[in-house]
Amino acid sequence: MNLEDYKDVWVFIEQQDSHIIDVGLELLGAGRELADKLDVKLCGFILGDHVTEAAKSLYAYGADKVYVIEDPILKDYRTETYMKATGDLVRKYKPEIILYGATANGKDLASAVATEVMTGLTADTTLLDINVEKRLFEASRPAFGGNIMATILCKKHRPQMATVRPKVMKKPDPDWHREGTLELVSEAISLKEDTLRTKVIEIVREAKKAVNLEEADVIVAAGKGIKDEKGFQMVKELADALGASVGASRDIVEAGLCGHDHQVGQTGLTVTPKLYIAIGISGAVQHIVGMQNSDLIIAINNDPDAAIFNAAHVGVVADAFEIVPMLTQAFRTQLAGEEAGGVTADV
Amino acid sequence: MNVLVCIKQVPDTKIIKVNPKTNTLDRSSAPAILNPYDAHAVEEAVRLTEQHGGKVIVLSMGPPQARIAIKKCIEIGADEGYLISDRRFAGADTLATSYALYKAIEKLIKEEGIDLVLCGKHAIDGDTGQVGPGIARRMEIPPLTNVIRVEKVDTDEGSIIVHRKIENGYERIQSTLPCLLTVEKEINEVAYSPLPNMIKAARYEPIVWTVDDLNDVDVKQLGLKGSPTIVGKMWPPEKSSGADMIGGTVEEQVEQLLTITLEKRELFSVKGGETT
Ligand SMILES: Cc1cc2nc3c(=O)[nH]c(=O)nc-3n(C[C@H](O)[C@H](O)[C@H](O)COP(=O)(O)OP(=O)(O)OC[C@H]3O[C@@H](n4cnc5c(N)ncnc54)[C@H](O)[C@@H]3O)c2cc1C
Ligand SMILES: Cc1cc2nc3c(=O)[nH]c(=O)nc-3n(C[C@H](O)[C@H](O)[C@H](O)COP(=O)(O)OP(=O)(O)OC[C@H]3O[C@@H](n4cnc5c(N)ncnc54)[C@H](O)[C@@H]3O)c2cc1C
Repeated sequence: MNLEDYKDVWVFIEQQDSHIIDVGLELLGAGRELADKLDVKLCGFILGDHVTEAAKSLYAYGADKVYVIEDPILKDYRTETYMKATGDLVRKYKPEIILYGATANGKDLASAVATEVMTGLTADTTLLDINVEKRLFEASRPAFGGNIMATILCKKHRPQMATVRPKVMKKPDPDWHREGTLELVSEAISLKEDTLRTKVIEIVREAKKAVNLEEADVIVAAGKGIKDEKGFQMVKELADALGASVGASRDIVEAGLCGHDHQVGQTGLTVTPKLYIAIGISGAVQHIVGMQNSDLIIAINNDPDAAIFNAAHVGVVADAFEIVPMLTQAFRTQLAGEEAGGVTADV
Repeated sequence: MNVLVCIKQVPDTKIIKVNPKTNTLDRSSAPAILNPYDAHAVEEAVRLTEQHGGKVIVLSMGPPQARIAIKKCIEIGADEGYLISDRRFAGADTLATSYALYKAIEKLIKEEGIDLVLCGKHAIDGDTGQVGPGIARRMEIPPLTNVIRVEKVDTDEGSIIVHRKIENGYERIQSTLPCLLTVEKEINEVAYSPLPNMIKAARYEPIVWTVDDLNDVDVKQLGLKGSPTIVGKMWPPEKSSGADMIGGTVEEQVEQLLTITLEKRELFSVKGGETT
């Protein structure tokens, strides 16, 4: 293998029903930086049926070039077809780096492709960089239940590949004046439906959950420090006053105070609100990994040594049962006052 | 229908400690357990063979003490266990791991026939979820990852229908047999082991193979040598420089929190605020 033959940074653009899902756009943002450091092109590649129009929107997010394979056989994700198509693209165009979103299908595809083209794959990364001098991709990831971070290198094989957790990289602001080139790859897929061994019978999209923490701007999260149903109500009232969604640590979910769809952390959701208020949460690493990218983190805990204060931007040592109701009241008064003021101003 | 389950012994990452001096994991600080997802895979295999006949064979790659994880699988109801153990396997990344396991599976297929391979969704230590799809690719059978339910197995027709968990729902997908599934915890509840299983497990000794027991192995593809990825540096997860602490009386704290939060005033949807 001649390593110099491999150029450009590629991003797998995952689509659902021909709509591009966000993680691909986030990775274009991250990929742009890598491509600039290496002084190469950033390319998206998208597989599906009727995806060319969507593909053209990718320039705005930083892509210089987009490879498209359109075929009815690629409408829904299937390992066998996607692996074949991606493998063909890789063998033909020889990218230096490929990023995939660490979604169910992104991970599935990346793992299969790694074996198909015999290269290294770093899983679930959260930090990406380039060692410019050695022209080496440095992909870092949490392992051992989040207890340790490790940088994984792939020195002698190309492409260097990584899956990247959704919501960790920032989706760039689109620049609709940016232009790029489209490469419609037509010959790559040579599979016939009747020779395939798998068939997607049905895709069941669950109705949008009542709580969609992943999209919330403000989250008030409860931990075991609030003790019981009464404490949980108290936190909910603060959330109500702020128009916020309610998050929880695993211990709260396990205590049955709310459903798993409220759980933030390694085995729950990764959230990135503009404001995260953690109440009575100790700050276990498994919780932190789920909320550390929030813009502003405020922690309330009665233990000055609680680990949550290392992750928070603003900390308050206080008894939740004393301060939370006061805070709720203060917000209510303030916001109601503004509302009243706003109304008179409008009139 | 013979079902093969790949299982891994892992340190209990709930308890494992990081040595602050060396930034490495202190494995002695945590007991070794059967990877929790793999317990669900074995349970599912036991249920499937109860319905469709055949046996459950478990396979692990690891050091000699991984025998204990295999015995745990016998307790859950597996019929046989194989351990591939050899220093030449050591230091494997997922590509080399799937190669070694594949070589053992090849031999088992010759000896016993395998209709279905099960893996866990991921192992809680390395935590990549890459080994299952890697094995499937090497066997040239379809991988169906993140399975939450086996809806139907038709051994006459040689097909299976499963539910795969995807981001905002699930998909029903059909595959020919043999294929490989990686399972989520939702797939089943691991039942308490009946006494006869416990007794069998206590006496059970898995069959151990070294590299030399496998056929046509390319040793260059094994272990550290066969691994394209290497672990560069390791460090404990970043801690931010710490929070700005707000002192004073509770009243003063509330006052300050109000000020800080209201700098983000645009976030709070208040009735009447949204005049359009
Ligand atoms: C594999 C694995 C996955 C996990 N996944 C997750 C996950 O996704 N999400 C998650 O959250 N956890 C997860 N955990 C669990 C995690 O390790 C912690 O056990 C959990 O986050 C602790 O929850 P807590 O902070 O609510 O409770 P505790 O650790 O019990 O902390 C309670 C805190 O409340 C404070 N407190 C007590 N009384 C008061 C008071 N009156 N006022 C103010 N503060 C008070 C205490 O000082 C303490 O800091 C996982 C663990 C493992 C091993
Ligand atoms: C800190 C750290 C980070 C790492 N990061 C990477 C990385 O990014 N990329 C990479 O390629 N390697 C990585 N590795 C190496 C990786 O942990 C090993 O290859 C490991 O043998 C298998 O990977 P896993 O634990 O991730 O298994 P997973 O792929 O998560 O395991 C999934 C399933 O495969 C089966 N399985 C896995 N291992 C075995 C086994 N030994 N015997 C039987 N069945 C098994 C089980 O059914 C298991 O449930 C890393 C190692 C360390 C220490």
